[in-house]
Amino acid sequence: MIEASALRKRYGRLTAVDGISFKVEPGEVLGLLGPNGAGKSTTMKMIAGFLTPSEGTARVYGHDVQDDSLAARRVLGYMPEGAPGYGEMTTRGFLGFIANMRGLSGDQRRQRLDFVIGRLSLQPVVEQAIDTLSKGFKRRVGLAAAILHNPSALILDEPTDGLDPNQKHEVRGLINELAEQRTLLLSTHMLEEVEAVCTRAIIIAGGRILADTTPAELLTRSRYHNAVSLHAADSIAARAALDGMPGVSGFENDAREGRLYVFPQGKGKLAEPVAERLRQRQVAYSDLRIEHGRLDEVFRRITTEAQA
Amino acid sequence: MSPTQAVFRREFGSYFATPLAVVFIVIFLMLCGAFTFYLGDFYEAGQADLQIFFRFHPWLYLLLVPAVAMRLWADERKTGTLELLLTQPVTLWQAVLGKFLAAWAFVGVALALTFPMWITVNWLGDPDNGVILASYLGSWLMAGALLAVGSCLSASTRSQVVAFILTVVACLLLLLAGFPLALDPVRAYLPQAAVDAVSGLSFLTHFQAITRGVLDLRDVMYFLLSIGAWLLATVLVIDLKKAD
Repeated sequence: MIEASALRKRYGRLTAVDGISFKVEPGEVLGLLGPNGAGKSTTMKMIAGFLTPSEGTARVYGHDVQDDSLAARRVLGYMPEGAPGYGEMTTRGFLGFIANMRGLSGDQRRQRLDFVIGRLSLQPVVEQAIDTLSKGFKRRVGLAAAILHNPSALILDEPTDGLDPNQKHEVRGLINELAEQRTLLLSTHMLEEVEAVCTRAIIIAGGRILADTTPAELLTRSRYHNAVSLHAADSIAARAALDGMPGVSGFENDAREGRLYVFPQGKGKLAEPVAERLRQRQVAYSDLRIEHGRLDEVFRRITTEAQA
Repeated sequence: MSPTQAVFRREFGSYFATPLAVVFIVIFLMLCGAFTFYLGDFYEAGQADLQIFFRFHPWLYLLLVPAVAMRLWADERKTGTLELLLTQPVTLWQAVLGKFLAAWAFVGVALALTFPMWITVNWLGDPDNGVILASYLGSWLMAGALLAVGSCLSASTRSQVVAFILTVVACLLLLLAGFPLALDPVRAYLPQAAVDAVSGLSFLTHFQAITRGVLDLRDVMYFLLSIGAWLLATVLVIDLKKAD
């Protein structure tokens, strides 16, 4: 369990984190979402015990990060942004160092090292210096270092940032696997990541929490949620046919996609009536579907409204 | 393994993982020899002792110790490993001590590799090996104090070059604190007691006292306290400047 209560961090006159509170339970994957400079990393650094909060505190499985810092750090695995490692060390040497820092020894040490090297497929690079690794491997070494002591809580700062799509997929698969039995907190500014791995999302901007909910609920806040989109050869005719129809609040034509979006009034369901109406008016259409909503639109609206 | 040991081993190993170790040791040994034999006229002195050899150590350290110390913390800060290190279950003191001891041990290795000098004087004559041993200890203690200064200044910046230059200047002042060059400006403004206090801070004075063969506990304590004070300063600087 990770718990932040009224965390605040000031740098001179700048308040980077302005009273953030949340609680992550075991089995949950909480995504901290926000534009650059929103205070995501600062929040994580305070929970990880690197930065001292100006006010408020955080607890990791009951251990206060200020009063009982070492105990909190023992149950926590933390991967800083960019997964830094000692460049001149080999992968094996580096992980061995982390194992020593974590107080692992003997059989247990060997087992955990073998496990993380196998689990993250690091065998090809165990004898290679970290400086010479590709970005994907470097990130995997960073993840291996974070989970080496089998921590109950895990904090990952932008775990997939800068990776190619295949590597992202791989890392997300791993995160999903790690999430069982653990408490996971990760930050990202990639919205598809929230849908892919998070059970809950917190949107932060300007150091404050603007939304704390599930990705599915966030989607319902999108104006595209429950909208109907279709492809019509004659979009003007389609629009004319649907104009004034009860339950329709508006239209939008996406010229690039060649799709017409029909927005419902309130929470109404539109798919059936729209299809029916178009058939009645004999307007040809294809590929009609119900939209789930767009996270990027919700994200933009929430974060820009806060600034205004 | 305690976290201090783990940090020590990693840091000590990292010197040898890069060319730094070889470059440092070779240059240190060459300069030791060159200074002793050419500048110091070791043979012409006609004495079977290592006074001349040790006389040049402060000046060698002035250049070489900052080169060892500069990467201690500046590099961690620059590459982001500082965050990784300090989110392990290790106290700041343990981390600072582990890294310092590794650098000190490394300089100790370089110093120990000057043993042919010791063999040479023993072969040429009949030196007082007690004095030589005390001098080695004094030299190593002084190197430790200079390293602790470097550790603190390295913690204050992310640039190794800045750390190097600051350390050279600080070490120069500390070495010369007992000499007119450093004392005269102070003498004009401060009472005699303060001038004496400043001159008492000189690394050189304490080092020379030890190399004369008098292993006074006060000189040893002086270096150990200097190390402790500068390491404490390192801890404070890192704690204050973590966010940078």
